[in-house]
Amino acid sequence: MIAIVKYNAGNVTSVKNAIERLGFECIVTDNSEELQQADKVIFPGVGEASSAMAYLKEKELDEVIKNLKQPFLGICLGMQLMCDYSEEGNIDCLGIFKTKVKKFPPLDLVPQMGWNSIIQNGKENENEDVYFVHSYYAEVCEETIATCNYVLNFSAALQKDNFYGVQFHPEKSGKIGEEILYKFLILNF
Amino acid sequence: MLKKRIIPCLDIKDGKTVKGVNFEGLIDAGSPVELAKRYADEGADELVFLDITATIEKRKTLADLVEVIAKEINIPFTVGGGINSLEEAATLILRGADKVSLNSSAVKRPELIQEIAGQFGSQCVVVAIDTKFTNGEWKVFVSGGRIETDLKTVDWAKKVEALGAGEILLTSMNSDGTKNGFEKSVLKEVIQVVNIPVIASGGAGSKEHFKEVFEETNVSAALAASVFHFGEISIPDLKMYLKMNNISIRTTL
Repeated sequence: MIAIVKYNAGNVTSVKNAIERLGFECIVTDNSEELQQADKVIFPGVGEASSAMAYLKEKELDEVIKNLKQPFLGICLGMQLMCDYSEEGNIDCLGIFKTKVKKFPPLDLVPQMGWNSIIQNGKENENEDVYFVHSYYAEVCEETIATCNYVLNFSAALQKDNFYGVQFHPEKSGKIGEEILYKFLILNF
Repeated sequence: MLKKRIIPCLDIKDGKTVKGVNFEGLIDAGSPVELAKRYADEGADELVFLDITATIEKRKTLADLVEVIAKEINIPFTVGGGINSLEEAATLILRGADKVSLNSSAVKRPELIQEIAGQFGSQCVVVAIDTKFTNGEWKVFVSGGRIETDLKTVDWAKKVEALGAGEILLTSMNSDGTKNGFEKSVLKEVIQVVNIPVIASGGAGSKEHFKEVFEETNVSAALAASVFHFGEISIPDLKMYLKMNNISIRTTL
Protein backbone atom coordinates (compact mmCIF):
# COMPACT_ATOMS: atom_id res chain seq x y z
CA MET A 1 0.00 0.00 0.00
CA ILE A 2 1.13 3.52 -0.84
CA ALA A 3 0.34 6.18 1.76
CA ILE A 4 0.03 9.88 1.05
CA VAL A 5 0.61 12.07 4.09
CA LYS A 6 -2.54 14.01 4.90
CA TYR A 7 -1.89 17.46 6.30
CA ASN A 8 -2.94 21.04 5.92
CA ALA A 9 -0.79 21.85 2.92
CA GLY A 10 -1.89 21.29 -0.56
CA ASN A 11 -4.15 19.38 -2.70
CA VAL A 12 -3.41 15.67 -2.64
CA THR A 13 -5.92 14.97 -5.41
CA SER A 14 -3.42 15.20 -8.26
CA VAL A 15 -0.85 12.99 -6.55
CA LYS A 16 -3.49 10.40 -5.73
CA ASN A 17 -4.79 10.50 -9.32
CA ALA A 18 -1.29 10.04 -10.72
CA ILE A 19 -0.59 7.03 -8.49
CA GLU A 20 -3.89 5.45 -9.47
CA ARG A 21 -3.23 6.10 -13.17
CA LEU A 22 -0.08 4.00 -12.73
CA GLY A 23 -2.19 1.19 -11.35
CA PHE A 24 -1.29 1.46 -7.66
CA GLU A 25 -3.66 1.81 -4.78
CA CYS A 26 -3.12 4.47 -2.18
CA ILE A 27 -4.54 5.89 0.98
CA VAL A 28 -4.42 9.45 2.28
CA THR A 29 -3.73 9.38 5.99
CA ASP A 30 -2.25 11.19 8.99
CA ASN A 31 -2.39 8.06 11.14
CA SER A 32 1.15 7.28 12.28
CA GLU A 33 0.65 3.50 12.26
CA GLU A 34 -0.71 3.54 8.72
CA LEU A 35 2.24 5.66 7.62
CA GLN A 36 4.74 3.33 9.35
CA GLN A 37 3.20 0.25 7.76
CA ALA A 38 2.94 1.60 4.21
CA ASP A 39 5.28 0.24 1.51
CA LYS A 40 5.97 3.75 0.26
CA VAL A 41 5.10 7.15 1.65
CA ILE A 42 4.49 10.25 -0.43
CA PHE A 43 4.60 13.70 1.12
CA PRO A 44 3.01 16.20 -1.27
CA GLY A 45 2.49 19.82 -0.56
CA VAL A 46 1.36 23.06 -2.00
CA GLY A 47 1.14 25.75 0.62
CA GLU A 48 3.06 27.71 3.20
CA ALA A 49 6.02 26.23 5.09
CA SER A 50 5.60 27.52 8.64
CA SER A 51 1.91 26.68 8.97
CA ALA A 52 2.57 23.24 7.45
CA MET A 53 5.41 22.58 9.93
CA ALA A 54 3.25 23.76 12.85
CA TYR A 55 0.57 21.29 11.81
CA LEU A 56 3.05 18.40 11.48
CA LYS A 57 4.42 19.13 14.96
CA GLU A 58 0.99 19.40 16.49
CA LYS A 59 0.08 15.98 15.08
CA GLU A 60 3.56 14.67 16.01
CA LEU A 61 4.01 13.66 12.40
CA ASP A 62 7.44 15.32 12.29
CA GLU A 63 9.02 12.58 14.42
CA VAL A 64 7.06 9.86 12.63
CA ILE A 65 8.31 11.02 9.23
CA LYS A 66 11.96 11.39 10.27
CA ASN A 67 12.00 7.81 11.55
CA LEU A 68 10.36 6.12 8.57
CA LYS A 69 12.45 3.38 6.95
CA GLN A 70 10.57 2.74 3.73
CA PRO A 71 11.04 4.79 0.52
CA PHE A 72 9.71 8.28 1.17
CA LEU A 73 9.15 10.96 -1.47
CA GLY A 74 8.57 14.64 -0.74
CA ILE A 75 7.14 16.75 -3.55
CA CYS A 76 7.50 20.55 -3.82
CA LEU A 77 6.68 21.97 -0.37
CA GLY A 78 7.00 18.41 0.96
CA MET A 79 10.61 18.35 -0.25
CA GLN A 80 11.27 21.80 1.22
CA LEU A 81 9.94 20.69 4.61
CA MET A 82 12.49 17.85 4.56
CA CYS A 83 15.33 20.41 4.60
CA ASP A 84 16.95 22.03 7.66
CA TYR A 85 15.30 25.40 7.47
CA SER A 86 12.94 27.50 5.34
CA GLU A 87 12.93 31.25 4.91
CA GLU A 88 9.21 31.00 4.30
CA GLY A 89 7.89 31.88 7.73
CA ASN A 90 11.46 31.58 9.12
CA ILE A 91 11.00 28.02 10.34
CA ASP A 92 13.15 25.04 11.29
CA CYS A 93 12.05 22.05 9.22
CA LEU A 94 12.58 18.28 9.44
CA GLY A 95 16.35 18.41 8.90
CA ILE A 96 16.63 15.32 6.70
CA PHE A 97 18.48 17.20 3.95
CA LYS A 98 21.29 19.44 5.17
CA THR A 99 20.31 22.52 3.25
CA LYS A 100 18.31 25.72 3.48
CA VAL A 101 15.23 26.82 1.56
CA LYS A 102 15.34 30.42 0.33
CA LYS A 103 13.16 32.75 -1.70
CA PHE A 104 14.15 33.41 -5.32
CA PRO A 105 15.72 36.86 -5.68
CA PRO A 106 13.41 39.10 -7.74
CA LEU A 107 15.60 38.94 -10.86
CA ASP A 108 12.93 37.15 -12.88
CA LEU A 109 9.26 36.35 -12.46
CA VAL A 110 8.51 34.71 -9.11
CA PRO A 111 7.20 32.01 -8.84
CA GLN A 112 9.01 29.98 -11.43
CA MET A 113 6.01 28.50 -13.21
CA GLY A 114 6.32 26.06 -16.06
CA TRP A 115 8.52 23.38 -17.60
CA ASN A 116 12.24 23.39 -17.05
CA SER A 117 15.06 20.93 -17.68
CA ILE A 118 16.95 19.15 -14.96
CA ILE A 119 20.69 18.63 -14.83
CA GLN A 120 22.18 15.35 -13.64
CA ASN A 121 25.92 14.67 -13.42
CA GLY A 122 26.59 17.94 -15.21
CA LYS A 123 24.38 17.00 -18.15
CA GLU A 124 21.10 18.61 -19.08
CA ASN A 125 18.31 16.08 -19.69
CA GLU A 126 16.96 17.07 -23.07
CA ASN A 127 13.35 16.24 -23.94
CA GLU A 128 12.67 15.41 -20.30
CA ASP A 129 11.45 18.70 -18.88
CA VAL A 130 9.39 18.64 -15.72
CA TYR A 131 6.81 21.04 -14.31
CA PHE A 132 7.74 23.49 -11.57
CA VAL A 133 5.66 25.98 -9.56
CA HIS A 134 7.57 27.54 -6.68
CA SER A 135 8.78 30.79 -5.14
CA TYR A 136 11.29 29.15 -2.78
CA TYR A 137 14.15 26.81 -3.64
CA ALA A 138 16.54 24.49 -1.79
CA GLU A 139 20.20 25.41 -2.09
CA VAL A 140 22.45 22.84 -3.75
CA CYS A 141 24.02 20.57 -1.11
CA GLU A 142 25.72 17.19 -0.74
CA GLU A 143 22.40 15.36 -1.00
CA THR A 144 21.43 17.09 -4.25
CA ILE A 145 21.10 14.48 -7.02
CA ALA A 146 19.79 16.81 -9.75
CA THR A 147 19.77 20.56 -10.22
CA CYS A 148 17.71 23.05 -12.18
CA ASN A 149 18.51 26.57 -13.26
CA TYR A 150 16.13 29.48 -12.81
CA VAL A 151 17.77 32.73 -11.77
CA LEU A 152 20.33 30.46 -10.06
CA ASN A 153 21.16 26.75 -9.69
CA PHE A 154 19.05 25.00 -7.09
CA SER A 155 18.19 21.45 -6.00
CA ALA A 156 15.67 19.82 -8.34
CA ALA A 157 16.01 16.48 -6.51
CA LEU A 158 17.61 15.34 -3.28
CA GLN A 159 18.26 11.96 -1.76
CA LYS A 160 19.49 10.62 1.54
CA ASP A 161 19.06 6.92 2.36
CA ASN A 162 15.35 6.11 1.93
CA PHE A 163 14.40 9.78 1.66
CA TYR A 164 13.79 11.36 -1.75
CA GLY A 165 12.62 14.86 -2.51
CA VAL A 166 11.74 16.61 -5.77
CA GLN A 167 11.03 20.29 -6.25
CA PHE A 168 9.01 19.69 -9.42
CA HIS A 169 5.62 18.03 -9.72
CA PRO A 170 6.01 14.52 -11.21
CA GLU A 171 2.22 14.15 -11.02
CA LYS A 172 1.88 17.06 -13.47
CA SER A 173 4.92 16.41 -15.64
CA GLY A 174 3.38 14.33 -18.40
CA LYS A 175 4.86 10.95 -19.31
CA ILE A 176 8.31 11.70 -17.91
CA GLY A 177 6.74 12.62 -14.58
CA GLU A 178 4.84 9.34 -14.54
CA GLU A 179 8.08 7.46 -15.25
CA ILE A 180 9.81 9.18 -12.33
CA LEU A 181 6.89 8.41 -10.04
CA TYR A 182 6.76 4.82 -11.26
CA LYS A 183 10.49 4.32 -10.57
CA PHE A 184 9.87 5.47 -7.01
CA LEU A 185 6.80 3.28 -6.57
CA ILE A 186 8.70 0.13 -7.58
CA LEU A 187 11.79 0.83 -5.45
CA ASN A 188 12.65 -2.22 -3.46
CA PHE A 189 14.91 -2.24 -0.41
CA MET B 1 16.01 26.88 -18.94
CA LEU B 2 12.35 27.68 -18.32
CA LYS B 3 10.32 27.00 -21.46
CA LYS B 4 7.64 29.04 -23.20
CA ARG B 5 4.30 27.29 -22.84
CA ILE B 6 1.81 26.35 -25.57
CA ILE B 7 -1.73 26.15 -24.22
CA PRO B 8 -4.73 24.82 -26.15
CA CYS B 9 -8.05 26.17 -24.89
CA LEU B 10 -11.21 24.04 -24.96
CA ASP B 11 -14.63 25.65 -24.82
CA ILE B 12 -17.07 23.50 -22.87
CA LYS B 13 -20.84 23.59 -22.97
CA ASP B 14 -22.97 21.12 -21.01
CA GLY B 15 -19.91 18.96 -20.50
CA LYS B 16 -18.98 18.77 -24.19
CA THR B 17 -16.45 20.62 -26.31
CA VAL B 18 -18.18 23.25 -28.36
CA LYS B 19 -16.11 23.82 -31.43
CA GLY B 20 -16.04 21.03 -33.94
CA VAL B 21 -12.88 19.07 -34.11
CA ASN B 22 -11.56 17.09 -37.01
CA PHE B 23 -9.03 14.91 -35.31
CA GLU B 24 -8.95 11.39 -36.50
CA GLY B 25 -9.07 8.60 -34.02
CA LEU B 26 -11.03 10.31 -31.30
CA ILE B 27 -13.68 8.04 -29.91
CA ASP B 28 -15.90 10.99 -29.11
CA ALA B 29 -14.91 14.23 -30.79
CA GLY B 30 -17.16 16.12 -28.41
CA SER B 31 -15.52 14.69 -25.33
CA PRO B 32 -13.30 17.24 -23.60
CA VAL B 33 -11.48 14.43 -21.84
CA GLU B 34 -10.56 12.66 -25.08
CA LEU B 35 -9.44 15.88 -26.69
CA ALA B 36 -7.49 16.96 -23.64
CA LYS B 37 -5.68 13.63 -23.50
CA ARG B 38 -4.84 13.94 -27.14
CA TYR B 39 -3.36 17.40 -26.61
CA ALA B 40 -1.43 16.29 -23.53
CA ASP B 41 0.05 13.34 -25.44
CA GLU B 42 0.99 15.63 -28.32
CA GLY B 43 3.00 17.87 -26.02
CA ALA B 44 0.65 20.64 -24.90
CA ASP B 45 2.24 22.25 -21.84
CA GLU B 46 -1.01 23.09 -20.09
CA LEU B 47 -4.70 23.14 -20.90
CA VAL B 48 -7.45 25.66 -20.31
CA PHE B 49 -11.10 24.63 -20.10
CA LEU B 50 -13.54 27.47 -20.49
CA ASP B 51 -17.10 26.67 -19.48
CA ILE B 52 -19.64 28.63 -21.47
CA THR B 53 -22.72 26.80 -20.23
CA ALA B 54 -25.44 29.24 -19.29
CA THR B 55 -27.63 27.09 -17.08
CA ILE B 56 -27.85 26.85 -13.31
CA GLU B 57 -26.90 23.20 -13.54
CA LYS B 58 -23.50 24.12 -14.87
CA ARG B 59 -21.59 24.10 -11.61
CA LYS B 60 -22.33 20.47 -10.94
CA THR B 61 -21.62 19.37 -14.51
CA LEU B 62 -18.39 21.34 -14.56
CA ALA B 63 -17.19 20.02 -11.21
CA ASP B 64 -17.92 16.45 -12.32
CA LEU B 65 -16.04 17.04 -15.55
CA VAL B 66 -13.07 18.54 -13.69
CA GLU B 67 -12.85 15.41 -11.58
CA VAL B 68 -12.72 13.17 -14.65
CA ILE B 69 -10.17 15.42 -16.38
CA ALA B 70 -7.97 15.41 -13.27
CA LYS B 71 -8.01 11.61 -13.20
CA GLU B 72 -7.03 11.32 -16.86
CA ILE B 73 -4.68 14.21 -17.60
CA ASN B 74 -1.04 14.31 -16.50
CA ILE B 75 -0.32 18.00 -17.15
CA PRO B 76 -1.59 21.13 -15.37
CA PHE B 77 -4.97 22.54 -16.30
CA THR B 78 -6.99 25.66 -15.63
CA VAL B 79 -10.76 25.91 -15.43
CA GLY B 80 -12.68 29.12 -16.04
CA GLY B 81 -16.08 30.47 -16.90
CA GLY B 82 -18.57 31.95 -14.49
CA ILE B 83 -16.65 31.35 -11.26
CA ASN B 84 -18.23 33.91 -8.92
CA SER B 85 -17.28 32.83 -5.43
CA LEU B 86 -14.52 31.34 -3.30
CA GLU B 87 -16.78 28.37 -2.73
CA GLU B 88 -17.10 27.64 -6.46
CA ALA B 89 -13.36 28.02 -6.97
CA ALA B 90 -12.64 25.77 -3.97
CA THR B 91 -14.89 23.04 -5.35
CA LEU B 92 -13.07 23.03 -8.68
CA ILE B 93 -9.61 23.10 -7.08
CA LEU B 94 -10.44 20.32 -4.62
CA ARG B 95 -11.84 18.19 -7.43
CA GLY B 96 -8.46 18.51 -9.17
CA ALA B 97 -8.16 21.75 -11.17
CA ASP B 98 -4.66 23.21 -10.82
CA LYS B 99 -5.81 26.77 -11.41
CA VAL B 100 -9.03 28.69 -11.80
CA SER B 101 -9.49 31.56 -14.20
CA LEU B 102 -11.56 34.60 -13.27
CA ASN B 103 -12.79 37.25 -15.67
CA SER B 104 -15.95 39.36 -15.25
CA SER B 105 -16.40 38.17 -11.66
CA ALA B 106 -13.03 39.66 -10.69
CA VAL B 107 -13.94 43.02 -12.24
CA LYS B 108 -17.23 42.97 -10.37
CA ARG B 109 -15.67 41.96 -7.06
CA PRO B 110 -11.85 42.21 -7.10
CA GLU B 111 -11.57 40.80 -3.55
CA LEU B 112 -12.43 37.40 -5.02
CA ILE B 113 -8.84 37.23 -6.32
CA GLN B 114 -7.56 37.84 -2.80
CA GLU B 115 -9.88 35.28 -1.26
CA ILE B 116 -8.86 32.46 -3.60
CA ALA B 117 -5.14 33.36 -3.52
CA GLY B 118 -5.31 33.58 0.28
CA GLN B 119 -6.70 30.10 0.61
CA PHE B 120 -4.97 28.24 -2.21
CA GLY B 121 -2.00 30.42 -3.19
CA SER B 122 -1.43 32.83 -6.05
CA GLN B 123 -0.33 30.03 -8.36
CA CYS B 124 -3.97 28.87 -8.41
CA VAL B 125 -5.41 32.16 -9.66
CA VAL B 126 -5.37 33.21 -13.29
CA VAL B 127 -7.09 36.48 -14.14
CA ALA B 128 -8.33 36.57 -17.71
CA ILE B 129 -8.52 40.06 -19.15
CA ASP B 130 -10.44 40.74 -22.35
CA THR B 131 -9.15 43.95 -23.85
CA LYS B 132 -10.00 46.14 -26.80
CA PHE B 133 -8.40 49.25 -28.26
CA THR B 134 -11.03 51.92 -28.08
CA ASN B 135 -10.79 55.73 -28.24
CA GLY B 136 -7.02 55.63 -28.28
CA GLU B 137 -6.45 53.29 -25.34
CA TRP B 138 -6.65 49.65 -24.27
CA LYS B 139 -9.70 49.10 -22.07
CA VAL B 140 -11.05 46.11 -20.17
CA PHE B 141 -14.23 44.49 -21.46
CA VAL B 142 -16.43 42.01 -19.58
CA SER B 143 -19.28 39.60 -20.25
CA GLY B 144 -17.56 37.87 -23.12
CA GLY B 145 -16.29 41.16 -24.52
CA ARG B 146 -19.73 42.73 -24.86
CA ILE B 147 -19.54 45.34 -22.11
CA GLU B 148 -16.89 48.04 -21.86
CA THR B 149 -15.69 48.96 -18.38
CA ASP B 150 -13.98 52.13 -17.15
CA LEU B 151 -10.81 50.19 -16.45
CA LYS B 152 -7.65 50.78 -18.42
CA THR B 153 -6.00 47.44 -19.16
CA VAL B 154 -2.61 48.29 -17.65
CA ASP B 155 -4.21 49.62 -14.46
CA TRP B 156 -6.36 46.52 -14.06
CA ALA B 157 -3.35 44.27 -14.70
CA LYS B 158 -1.38 46.02 -11.94
CA LYS B 159 -4.33 45.76 -9.61
CA VAL B 160 -4.91 42.03 -10.14
CA GLU B 161 -1.24 41.35 -9.45
CA ALA B 162 -1.44 43.38 -6.23
CA LEU B 163 -4.52 41.39 -5.20
CA GLY B 164 -2.65 38.12 -5.60
CA ALA B 165 -3.25 36.89 -9.15
CA GLY B 166 -0.57 34.42 -10.20
CA GLU B 167 -0.94 34.87 -13.94
CA ILE B 168 -2.70 37.06 -16.48
CA LEU B 169 -4.39 35.62 -19.55
CA LEU B 170 -4.65 38.57 -21.89
CA THR B 171 -7.03 38.29 -24.83
CA SER B 172 -7.13 41.00 -27.43
CA MET B 173 -10.70 41.31 -28.68
CA ASN B 174 -9.40 43.16 -31.71
CA SER B 175 -7.42 40.17 -32.87
CA ASP B 176 -9.48 37.29 -31.42
CA GLY B 177 -10.83 35.14 -34.20
CA THR B 178 -9.01 37.06 -36.94
CA LYS B 179 -6.09 34.65 -37.30
CA ASN B 180 -3.93 37.69 -38.01
CA GLY B 181 -1.57 37.16 -35.10
CA PHE B 182 -1.38 38.06 -31.44
CA GLU B 183 -1.77 41.74 -30.49
CA LYS B 184 1.77 42.45 -29.35
CA SER B 185 1.41 46.10 -28.38
CA VAL B 186 -0.97 45.52 -25.47
CA LEU B 187 1.00 42.45 -24.36
CA LYS B 188 4.14 44.59 -24.14
CA GLU B 189 2.31 47.30 -22.20
CA VAL B 190 1.02 44.82 -19.65
CA ILE B 191 4.29 42.88 -19.32
CA GLN B 192 6.08 46.12 -18.57
CA VAL B 193 3.92 46.84 -15.52
CA VAL B 194 3.57 43.40 -13.91
CA ASN B 195 5.96 40.81 -12.49
CA ILE B 196 3.77 37.73 -13.02
CA PRO B 197 3.54 35.53 -16.14
CA VAL B 198 1.39 36.83 -18.98
CA ILE B 199 -0.30 34.46 -21.44
CA ALA B 200 -0.99 35.78 -24.94
CA SER B 201 -4.38 34.97 -26.41
CA GLY B 202 -6.39 35.91 -29.44
CA GLY B 203 -5.38 35.94 -33.07
CA ALA B 204 -3.22 32.86 -33.56
CA GLY B 205 -3.47 31.77 -37.18
CA SER B 206 -0.07 30.37 -38.05
CA LYS B 207 3.12 29.00 -36.55
CA GLU B 208 4.82 32.32 -37.41
CA HIS B 209 2.41 34.14 -35.11
CA PHE B 210 3.64 32.08 -32.16
CA LYS B 211 7.25 32.72 -33.13
CA GLU B 212 6.62 36.46 -33.41
CA VAL B 213 4.90 36.77 -30.07
CA PHE B 214 7.70 34.88 -28.30
CA GLU B 215 10.43 36.80 -30.13
CA GLU B 216 8.96 40.25 -29.80
CA THR B 217 7.42 40.16 -26.31
CA ASN B 218 8.24 38.54 -22.98
CA VAL B 219 5.05 36.49 -22.74
CA SER B 220 5.42 33.25 -20.80
CA ALA B 221 2.88 31.33 -22.85
CA ALA B 222 0.59 31.52 -25.85
CA LEU B 223 -2.95 30.18 -25.95
CA ALA B 224 -5.08 29.24 -28.94
CA ALA B 225 -8.21 27.28 -29.66
CA SER B 226 -9.46 26.87 -33.19
CA VAL B 227 -6.09 26.46 -34.95
CA PHE B 228 -5.51 23.40 -32.80
CA HIS B 229 -9.08 22.06 -32.84
CA PHE B 230 -9.37 22.24 -36.60
CA GLY B 231 -5.96 20.71 -37.08
CA GLU B 232 -4.60 23.77 -38.87
CA ILE B 233 -1.58 23.67 -36.59
CA SER B 234 -0.39 20.48 -34.95
CA ILE B 235 1.27 20.88 -31.57
CA PRO B 236 4.35 18.69 -32.28
CA ASP B 237 4.89 20.51 -35.57
CA LEU B 238 4.51 23.93 -33.93
CA LYS B 239 6.91 23.04 -31.15
CA MET B 240 9.56 21.71 -33.51
CA TYR B 241 9.22 24.87 -35.62
CA LEU B 242 9.65 27.10 -32.57
CA LYS B 243 12.60 25.09 -31.31
CA MET B 244 14.32 25.34 -34.69
CA ASN B 245 13.78 29.09 -34.47
CA ASN B 246 15.62 29.16 -31.15
CA ILE B 247 12.56 29.69 -28.99
CA SER B 248 12.97 27.95 -25.63
CA ILE B 249 10.32 25.27 -25.92
CA ARG B 250 9.63 21.88 -24.37
CA THR B 251 9.84 18.87 -26.63
CA THR B 252 9.37 15.25 -25.68
CA LEU B 253 10.52 12.01 -27.23
